[in-house]
Amino acid sequence: MKITSKLYTALIFIFLFAPILVLLVFSFNEAKSLSVFSGFSLKWYQELFHDENTLESVKNTLILAVAATVISTVMGTAAAVGIHKLKNRWYRMAVNTVTNIPMINPDIITGISMMLVFVFVGRLFGASTSLNFWTMLIAHVTFCLPYVIFQVLPKLQQMERDLTEAAMDLGCTPFRAFLKVTMPEILPGIITGAIMAFTLSLDDFVISYFTSGNDFQTLPIRIYGMTKKTVTPKMYALATIIFFVTLTLLLLNNFVESGEDKRWRELKKQRKIRLKRSEQS
Amino acid sequence: MKKALALFLAILMASALCLSGCGNSDTLVLNVYNWGEYISDGSEGSYDTVNEFEKWYQETYGQKVKVNYTTFASNEDMYSKLSSGAVSYDVVIPSDYMIARMAEENMLLPLNYENIPNYQNIDDSFKGLYYDPEAKYTVPYAYGIIGVIYNANEVEEADTGSWDLLWNEKYADKILQFNNSRDAFGMAMYKLGLDVNSEETTVWDTAYEELLKQRPFVYSFVMDEIYNMMESGEAAIGAYYAGDYFTMKDAQAEGVDLQFYYPERTNYYVDAMCIPTCCQNQALAESFINFMLSEDAAIANAQYTYYASPNKVVYENAGYQEEMGEEAMNVLYGKVEDFTTQYNENAYRNLKPETLDYINALWETVKIN
Repeated sequence: MKITSKLYTALIFIFLFAPILVLLVFSFNEAKSLSVFSGFSLKWYQELFHDENTLESVKNTLILAVAATVISTVMGTAAAVGIHKLKNRWYRMAVNTVTNIPMINPDIITGISMMLVFVFVGRLFGASTSLNFWTMLIAHVTFCLPYVIFQVLPKLQQMERDLTEAAMDLGCTPFRAFLKVTMPEILPGIITGAIMAFTLSLDDFVISYFTSGNDFQTLPIRIYGMTKKTVTPKMYALATIIFFVTLTLLLLNNFVESGEDKRWRELKKQRKIRLKRSEQS
Repeated sequence: MKKALALFLAILMASALCLSGCGNSDTLVLNVYNWGEYISDGSEGSYDTVNEFEKWYQETYGQKVKVNYTTFASNEDMYSKLSSGAVSYDVVIPSDYMIARMAEENMLLPLNYENIPNYQNIDDSFKGLYYDPEAKYTVPYAYGIIGVIYNANEVEEADTGSWDLLWNEKYADKILQFNNSRDAFGMAMYKLGLDVNSEETTVWDTAYEELLKQRPFVYSFVMDEIYNMMESGEAAIGAYYAGDYFTMKDAQAEGVDLQFYYPERTNYYVDAMCIPTCCQNQALAESFINFMLSEDAAIANAQYTYYASPNKVVYENAGYQEEMGEEAMNVLYGKVEDFTTQYNENAYRNLKPETLDYINALWETVKIN
């Protein structure tokens, strides 16, 4: 039994990581081939950093991801606070469901429908090109938003309402109470949401594909364009770098979360002790 | 507080609009849409075509140009983007059958060839082909011919020379077939001497029977996966474009000896530069096309892509011939002489949607068989 379970775990890890491992190994290959490893070399990394078009698309991808992350984090947090404050339960559930739609909607539908809206609006104003960086940004914010809300809302529910009210009792304006009391409490949720938004935006192909214009091409679209001929090993090098960046972000995220969980448990323990003491006295 | 926030947001919106709308008014913008990996882009120390054009334009006309160069993966991708009306491009480089379709749908502007003096460098064999019979919309960029690639260490010389090699039982599970209906059916039809542009369903049925005969020997249906399978020796026989054969040969593993030949009848295609109707600056687009035909740029592109160029300054250039080597020159340019007839006879043309549906239905049954 124990052996089977260990085997099972091993298999899962093989399926998860073997493709990445192959990519990683062949990014250091001296030859252009994906079948023959002819020697270790950093040639493709060097090539990558001389390939202006690819670097440009990496830069575009990063600009877009950072902008989309910042905007969707701010908007998503505000939305979560708003949803949390709604008194009517049915109303709250309705709003919650509506904001989740971009998350459950297939990407291709979100992409096409956004493209149609942009083209429609663009035509209305007589623009020759209605898709550009800004349309992509709007699209990315749209699909990142629900993930931020999804992360922040539970933190708000865990938090005790009295804390904010106490702060306001003591003379804080609602906005100040939010900054000083609520915000530090829900920060881990905000950070997790932001990291999720960032990685999602970084990865996205389908929605970007439909909403990209003629002057702003992100990396996934560029790589897709290469598939007519063969994808060069430069891309393996790039993918390896991206993999490690994403991995670091994820580890960072888990680190933040586990620290937060510990703090949360201790807080509860202390509260229990305090309660017991007050009962005794 | 609220007012400040509102003001801040208003400024943000305004600046966003300005950034996208105003731009830098004294810089011209040229939007080019091309296949991926289809231009010399400065990697591996090669010539950076787009950059050189920007430099050349500024030196010649004293005007700054910003080229937005983006790529597509298939003619259909390009078509859907362009026909959605969402984006405007100034220069696009699709393949022949797509050009015919776009011309038919009035999506192309007639070129002013006076602005493209280098057009005279294009060999006459490549002018007035079926997709542009009056030679008014296009300037050919590259062309290709499908041939058979095989591993000489596994395939006997005597079996080569025709399409029969891909139906040879001896090499069962070593044969690769195209993973798209048009090319796969085309192969069977060239083999049988059928018309690849037929609208008769019976003709397609005959080709279908032929593909079923081949099916048990096929190792895999591939498109760009063919590179790795041939290079590594995993498969031994496959058909692909002549230019790509050299890319594969460059990367072949030890113990693999890739060779190439043209069967008697095979597919020809041409990719050509044209200007879509949504173009914002036709004169600038034409000067870009002209630049692409100039000696340095054209040679660099031909070397980078490994595809044959219809441009005389390329294939008559001694340096280029030396760089490519004798075999490549023979394979790539051996068919210039009777190109026009061969091309008009064998190139794929647009088929009626009903015919395409019929073929695709047959194709699905071939694959699941």
